[in-house]
Amino acid sequence: MLEIKNLHARAGDALILKGIDLSIGAGEVHAIMGPNGSGKSTLAGVLSGRPSFEVTEGSVLYRGEDLLAMEPEDRARAGIFQAFQYPVEIPGVTNNYFLKASLNAIRTARGEDELDAMDFLSVVREKMKIVEMPKDLMGRSINEGFSGGEKKRNEVLQMLLLEPSFMVLDETDSGLDIDALRVVANGVNHLRSPERSMLVITHYQRLLDYIVPDVVHVLSEGRIVRSGGKELALELEEKGYGWIEGAAAP
Amino acid sequence: MPETLEDLAEREYEHGFVTEIETERIPKGLSEEIVRIISSKKDEPEWLLEWRLKALARFQQMLARGQHPSWAQVSYPEIDFQDMYYYAAPKPKKQLESLDEVDPELLATYDKLGIPLAEQKRLAGVAVDAVFDSVSVATTYKEELAKQGILFGSFSDAVKQHPELVRKYLGSVVPYSDNFFAALNSAVFSDGSFAYIPAGVRCPMELSTYFRINAQETGQFERTLIVAEEGSYVSYLEGCTAPMRDENQLHAAVVELVALDDAEIKYSTVQNWYPGDKNGKGGIYNFVTKRGACRGRRSKISWTQVETGSAITWKYPSCLLQGDESVGEFYSVALTNNMQQADTGTKMIHLGKNTKSTIISKGISAGRGQQSYRGLVRIGPRAEGARNYSQCDSLLLGDRCGAHTFPYLEVKNASSTVEHEATTSKIGEDQLFYCRQRGLSEEDAISMIVNGFCKEVLRELPMEFAVEAQKLLDISLEGSVG
Repeated sequence: MLEIKNLHARAGDALILKGIDLSIGAGEVHAIMGPNGSGKSTLAGVLSGRPSFEVTEGSVLYRGEDLLAMEPEDRARAGIFQAFQYPVEIPGVTNNYFLKASLNAIRTARGEDELDAMDFLSVVREKMKIVEMPKDLMGRSINEGFSGGEKKRNEVLQMLLLEPSFMVLDETDSGLDIDALRVVANGVNHLRSPERSMLVITHYQRLLDYIVPDVVHVLSEGRIVRSGGKELALELEEKGYGWIEGAAAP
Repeated sequence: MPETLEDLAEREYEHGFVTEIETERIPKGLSEEIVRIISSKKDEPEWLLEWRLKALARFQQMLARGQHPSWAQVSYPEIDFQDMYYYAAPKPKKQLESLDEVDPELLATYDKLGIPLAEQKRLAGVAVDAVFDSVSVATTYKEELAKQGILFGSFSDAVKQHPELVRKYLGSVVPYSDNFFAALNSAVFSDGSFAYIPAGVRCPMELSTYFRINAQETGQFERTLIVAEEGSYVSYLEGCTAPMRDENQLHAAVVELVALDDAEIKYSTVQNWYPGDKNGKGGIYNFVTKRGACRGRRSKISWTQVETGSAITWKYPSCLLQGDESVGEFYSVALTNNMQQADTGTKMIHLGKNTKSTIISKGISAGRGQQSYRGLVRIGPRAEGARNYSQCDSLLLGDRCGAHTFPYLEVKNASSTVEHEATTSKIGEDQLFYCRQRGLSEEDAISMIVNGFCKEVLRELPMEFAVEAQKLLDISLEGSVG
């Protein structure tokens, strides 16, 4: 599904990713853990095409295609989805309107018919139940005045609607209490299938109790310094990042 | 991508065509003789000619003293008032008995602008007065409105048919001496619309005037007067377009509104004069004085404007809140792209007790567009319990455009409440990226963000025009993304 080779990227003058190699197969869930500043969010941004990051070296193939050559909207239309750590507010644009426009843009790209307002409503209602989303959030401006938990639910709601093939969850657990975490994870798990892959970025092992990964990678100073099974996350939780960083030093 | 946000591409102005029609013009220049010619063309009564001549004298005095207003945040070369035509009219083939006799070229022009005038194609629920250069060429639904006592038609006809009403109200809100451009307009105005809503009547349809400048080197100086008697209601809309021409053309209009006890006037403008090309060549200079007097108790005047056109916009639709408990509102969206400049805002003059005003101004700048919000809120000494709320938001696209806010407050009554909020934001790269990550193109994302930004104003427009305005915003922004 996704082949990352020797990926180097910078933000401004700072080189942040210093040679990432990562291969994610169809149906796999990979977790990326690591301390602040290790490059987790940069990796997410590079994959979704955020313009503030510049790739200086390396390649990313998505289903055999050069992902880095694609515009952000084309990546989205090809099935790449990023659940943002800090979803933005767009005043005056209702969530309902935005989600419908987004879904129809993606459907058009897939060669499917656009949904009219009624069909959209029935689809979105069904998905809202999964993430226990209050109804009134659909009529409000995107993310404006949403609580932290509501913003993250809204991200997962969009993910459920758009049914992407490759998902990047950028610290989706940050700022969530345990109940919200369960709801959000439940939404994400709904999408797990042999055809879909995920990259779950998190600080804490906690999320991985709910979204159980196939592989865990530890990122430190722009490189993957260790990979292992889900038990690596538990070990990391116990021993702290210092353990890995110490071990990675020559 | 981010650096190309401001890279401007050619943009289309879809109303830029010229109608080939035989035009009657009077000689270039401004003088007493010219004013006399205009007045006699209109077969005007003596009192009106005198009023025009007084206005001319006042204008010439201001011109001689160099009192051309210079306080606005706009720059343009000095206007040569002798180097333009003050009157141009399509040559009538004969005296018109009905709409069916209007020159087919003119009907075709309005068809092309999306304002069909012919009986069978008329817009449902909207009465239109079509003003072409200096004259009104047709008014629809006139007879139907007359059944309810509503007078609606060209200003010239009103002068002939209802001189007492025109004489009573003309210049009563905007005196000829009010300002430089109002004085010029009062001297040379050629036509415009007149509406009179009798007491207790709720006007059953939208009244609308569609202004079109066609002739070259010609200024348009129209005059609109709307009087709403006690307990009446009217919603009025004006639209404007002009051909693409390389020279600048002057449009200096005056609009006067009078609302008596419990009357309400809702005045909406969708201004789409030719803005000039992307390098700032050509375009309309739009210097307009609009003012409404809430004379009666509990009367209400509401201005809604969507300003996307003109090379320069200089206008401040205002409310004189004379009646106790009267209400003034100003909702504005102004968009400047390429080299456009706009200095616009409002004046809310609170004179009566418990008067209330609301100002919502949304400015959008793209390209090298420059715009200013300039607003005055004055609370007079007798305006007990007056309230004002002002909100001015600016949105910038790219980093070569500018937004400025000049709020003036004069409060002379301590029991009043005045609130002012202002924000300036850039369309965030984060917002754009968020939309694109959800599969929307950059153009669609910008259009969505801009429409969201303007929503509070657009929802004040009558339904069909809100759709029109939204389209216009999209077109005006076209090419603001690389």
